[in-house]
Amino acid sequence: MPEAPAGTLYRGREGMWTWVAHRVTGFLIFFFLLVHVLDTSLVRVDPEAYNAVIGTYKNPIMGLGEAGLVAAIVFHALNGVRVMLVDFWSKGTRYQRQLLWGVIVVFVILMAGFLPVQLGHIFGGE
Amino acid sequence: MATTSPTLAAPRSPRRSGRGTTRGNLELYGWVFMRVSGALLIVLVFTHLFMNLVVGDGVKAIDFGFVAGKWADPVWQVWDLLILWLAMIHGTNGMRTIINDYATRTGTRLTLTGLLYLAFTVIVVLGTLVIFTFDPCPPGAPADVLASFCTAG
Ligand code: HEM
Ligand code: HEM
Repeated sequence: MPEAPAGTLYRGREGMWTWVAHRVTGFLIFFFLLVHVLDTSLVRVDPEAYNAVIGTYKNPIMGLGEAGLVAAIVFHALNGVRVMLVDFWSKGTRYQRQLLWGVIVVFVILMAGFLPVQLGHIFGGE
Repeated sequence: MATTSPTLAAPRSPRRSGRGTTRGNLELYGWVFMRVSGALLIVLVFTHLFMNLVVGDGVKAIDFGFVAGKWADPVWQVWDLLILWLAMIHGTNGMRTIINDYATRTGTRLTLTGLLYLAFTVIVVLGTLVIFTFDPCPPGAPADVLASFCTAG
């Protein structure tokens, strides 16, 4: 009976989960972008139609969706930098786990700065 | 016995031609493009999000007049054009990788890749036209939805 490979470099460790998250966020952002260009194109059709569609982006549920989108982009971008450092920086592979902590810390800082502002906009008075 | 170590090309250097292979360097260039475009998109997209979600009233401030005000400036036209092209090429190339990983049947893969390229073409052409044919003060539109510079003077 072949045993499950113990301690492989990659499988099931941080490297795999960040790879999955990078893929899922890239996938989501791509579909967002398709819809986003379509809704923006309404500016070319009718100003009032554009305002009506964008108006729905201002309700709290969409506002939370926008926060989720920002989180996805921020993670994808930061992890993309980590991937590039592992690829191009001679010590990148050695420090890849520390780099992941860097991604998490910068992510938390950026989102801690952004979320209160976004929540203020969507729940704040007119 | 003299041992000579074989000469190895540095990793990721372009494949030399004429080695009996039909594959070119396209995948290498795609790999490089993902990294170069990613680096540029950080600046481009983060600025876009900052301008449209954080500054002032954020998403609540966006309407036709807001877009007219931004696209009156060629800098933001070019800015959005760069995001459009770079993000669409980056995203389409990434989606192609994902399709190749999961769609193992040739028919499925070709269909999905065809749909992907169709979506790419439609969105890039549409988005480019929208930026360059945009009229900030369309005739006949009610004055209250227009930017103030349309009605002033
Ligand atoms: C904000 C700046 C961005 C950075 C720094 C970035 C970075 C990267 C990098 C380095 C890769 C290659 C990963 C690898 O080869 O293992 C990648 C893959 C990918 N990116 Fe981005 N990206 C950014 C924005 C975007 C945007 C806006 C989209 C969507 C339109 C997107 C969609 C994707 C997809 C679908 C993949 C393929 C994922 C996979 O193969 O698992 N990215 N990104
Ligand atoms: C929820 C967050 C977002 C909001 C509220 C938003 C808002 C807007 C607005 C108001 C415009 C009109 C022109 C301008 O203001 O520059 C626009 C255009 C554009 N946005 Fe965004 N955006 C968001 C996220 C994104 C992201 C994440 C991307 C890229 C992946 C993106 C890519 C674009 C592009 C390419 C255009 C030009 C569209 C065209 O060519 O017709 N946006 N966006």
